[in-house]
Amino acid sequence: MKTPTLAAPERDPQARRRATGVLLGVLVLWPMLQLAEFRPAALFESGNLKVMGGFLSAFLPPASSVEFLGLLLKATLETLAMATAGIALAFVIATPLALAMTHSLSVSRIGPGPGRWRGEAFRHGARLLLTLLRAVPELVWALLFVRALGLGPAAGVLALAITYGGMLGKVYAEILESSDTRPGRALLEAGSGRIAALAYGLLPGAAQELASYTVYRWECAVRASVVMGFVGAGGLGQLMDQSMKMLNGGEASTILLTFLLLVLLADALSAALRRLLA
Amino acid sequence: MSLSLDGIGLVHPNGQRALQRVTLAAAGGERVAIIGPSGAGKTTLLRVAAASLRPSEGRLQALAVNPWQLSARALRRLRARIGVVHQAPPIPPRLRVVTAVLAGRLGAWSAGKALASLLYPADIAGAREVLARLDLADRLFERCDRLSGGQLQRVGIARVLYQGPELLLADEPVSALDPALADAAVGQLIAQSEASGATLVASLHAVDLALKWFPRIGGMREGVVMFDVPAREVTRAMLHELYATEGAVLPTQGNDPSALAPLQTLAQVVPIARPGCR
Amino acid sequence: MTPADISPADRARAAGPCLTCVVVTLALVAAVIASFAYLRIDYRALFATESLRLMAKFIAEFFPPDLSAPFVAKVAWGALQTLAVSALGTLLAVVAGGVLALPASGRFGTAPRQAARFGLNLLRSVPELVWAALMVLAAGLGPFAGALALALHTTGVLGRLFAEALENAPRDPERALEAAGSGAVAAFAYGSLPLVFPQCVAYALYRWEMNIRMAAVLGFVGAGGLGQLLYFHLSIFQQAQAATVLLAMFVLVFIVDSFSSRFRRGLAPAYA
Repeated sequence: MKTPTLAAPERDPQARRRATGVLLGVLVLWPMLQLAEFRPAALFESGNLKVMGGFLSAFLPPASSVEFLGLLLKATLETLAMATAGIALAFVIATPLALAMTHSLSVSRIGPGPGRWRGEAFRHGARLLLTLLRAVPELVWALLFVRALGLGPAAGVLALAITYGGMLGKVYAEILESSDTRPGRALLEAGSGRIAALAYGLLPGAAQELASYTVYRWECAVRASVVMGFVGAGGLGQLMDQSMKMLNGGEASTILLTFLLLVLLADALSAALRRLLA
Repeated sequence: MSLSLDGIGLVHPNGQRALQRVTLAAAGGERVAIIGPSGAGKTTLLRVAAASLRPSEGRLQALAVNPWQLSARALRRLRARIGVVHQAPPIPPRLRVVTAVLAGRLGAWSAGKALASLLYPADIAGAREVLARLDLADRLFERCDRLSGGQLQRVGIARVLYQGPELLLADEPVSALDPALADAAVGQLIAQSEASGATLVASLHAVDLALKWFPRIGGMREGVVMFDVPAREVTRAMLHELYATEGAVLPTQGNDPSALAPLQTLAQVVPIARPGCR
Repeated sequence: MTPADISPADRARAAGPCLTCVVVTLALVAAVIASFAYLRIDYRALFATESLRLMAKFIAEFFPPDLSAPFVAKVAWGALQTLAVSALGTLLAVVAGGVLALPASGRFGTAPRQAARFGLNLLRSVPELVWAALMVLAAGLGPFAGALALALHTTGVLGRLFAEALENAPRDPERALEAAGSGAVAAFAYGSLPLVFPQCVAYALYRWEMNIRMAAVLGFVGAGGLGQLLYFHLSIFQQAQAATVLLAMFVLVFIVDSFSSRFRRGLAPAYA
């Protein structure tokens, strides 16, 4: 070992970068707090406290009149129906787009053969369309459709169909590409049509994953349906929005409880279905 | 007595016996090497001595107190005075060398100083000085995951040197170092013990290193101390009996059998302390 | 196995799809049909010429969007407010989630772990919009309610992710430091935190990205930002202004998308 030859103690080379980072953070923090109107004191203002306190104290006992429970059941069924119908429509939209976009079903890529650029452009177009469908959050679609079609679940179903169609389409295409593509490709090379190649070549390997993802999306759709109800698309969400606007804490707590149970149920159902498919 | 183990036995939760009637005592400033084949219980012995593992039988005194009868705070203070060099230093990869070394004094620092040192190292000069002893001063600000195994092991040693303990326990501290570096590193441990008056107990796999640097050698095998004698009284026969399970060639750092040439071959020795002959 | 060995039952079973698959598929189809039937959507009215014409008129009113300078400035301010809401909400969630992750990872025992996990699950299960509606009651209309709503929901998400990261990290470095006499806080900061730090930063940035999208729509219940602008202008039938806000939302999400993958790929520097 060398005998220690000490130079003057060095500065930490990371010090400057860290100091700059901290400074930047502090500089950004203040305007951010102002923009977001950060006022923790607002939580303790007497007006707000009274409203919130009154609302929360009415949480117990949760509303349980027969009439209200009847409304609740109807709303829950409506939410479930909205989610299922929305996913079904989303599936109808997603499937042709996914088949158009996936390059496991592309004949022109084999070789590559004639019509390669046309096929490429076509796939890019399908991909762009799917991205556009996904770009706007479903809540915004729901709001627009409520304005256009009036209150009710129709707005929610269409909003789900559009956004979830985009999501399903993208993931279907990815699943078809990531599973074993050789059987499908072999069929295409032997001259079969694309649908046949899909049905006999790709689906046997990918069906389970496709179904599993669809069931998972259904579960998300149940949650989204409740949320969309807040802008007028019916179901549990609309009921809860009404109860909260009337500051009826008892009803709100029952609906919240129902929602949590519904989500739990959907979670369990989805897990069971996915296990069945495996 | 800096360290006193009296009839220490340890049985693992799974029923396996790791130590049996181990008696070892080291006065302040003494330097002892523990040698023996793999699985002899050297690591377990050191962990018991460091108050990291509670023995099943026997009496333990570290720095003149029984650690397991102390309050939590007193135990913590005791542990800060005991330094352990691990065979594989448990250092998070993303930590820089300087922080890893400074972590040696966390037992003495307040929580506030410790956290502040994360942002800007509190004692760069001190860390550099200690690393220079191990020829690593130029790696002061590098991340530990950019170091080789041998360099990382030396950082572990540096951390304990920086800690400056009264009782220094080293568990195969140079297993990943090449012969020259290993020799120098053990030399640094010895130097630390001489300079600060700390008791040094080191387990080593290489017999030549042990014989070169340590005035007292303990031989362990299958959880039992086979002998505990001054280095000059160690004979080749004793070593062969100790390492019988590992074959005819005794382990040396440089795998050079001639390194053990100075050993006595005639038995002009004190009888070996065998269990059962007492 | 010769053909004679296969029983008729086996043969029947091998010839067609499995019984469960058929039953499940039929059940699913029935569920879908029942859903459409239950919703009783008046398709004829939906696709009648009159309603299509009204729909077309509705869409036409969105173009051209209002691009006058003062309004664009207002929308830009709304976009900045949305960003601020998402940033504040995520920041609060990182702190609260980090604090709750410690008991949730089992460091203080089983009972605190169950309690913390239950609390985090509760926070996570309630959608952000519902939290926002509640927070509007608690803190009044405006962006602060939105930030609180995001904070509450994201605490549940991040708290659970942080706790899982902590549970999966090896405890050896922390234990070794404690065995050398370090206090619990310092041992954690030097031993376990560096192990989970990059992963936690990645989670937090990903959630921030998702929260930007969410912050935009929380305004629908009065939580400020672009969402509140959109809701307002739609309810007074100012479609042209609404179109501008929609455009701004689109641009914001696009910018975030482009930066996120690039930003997240840059690995975090050394921990300390």
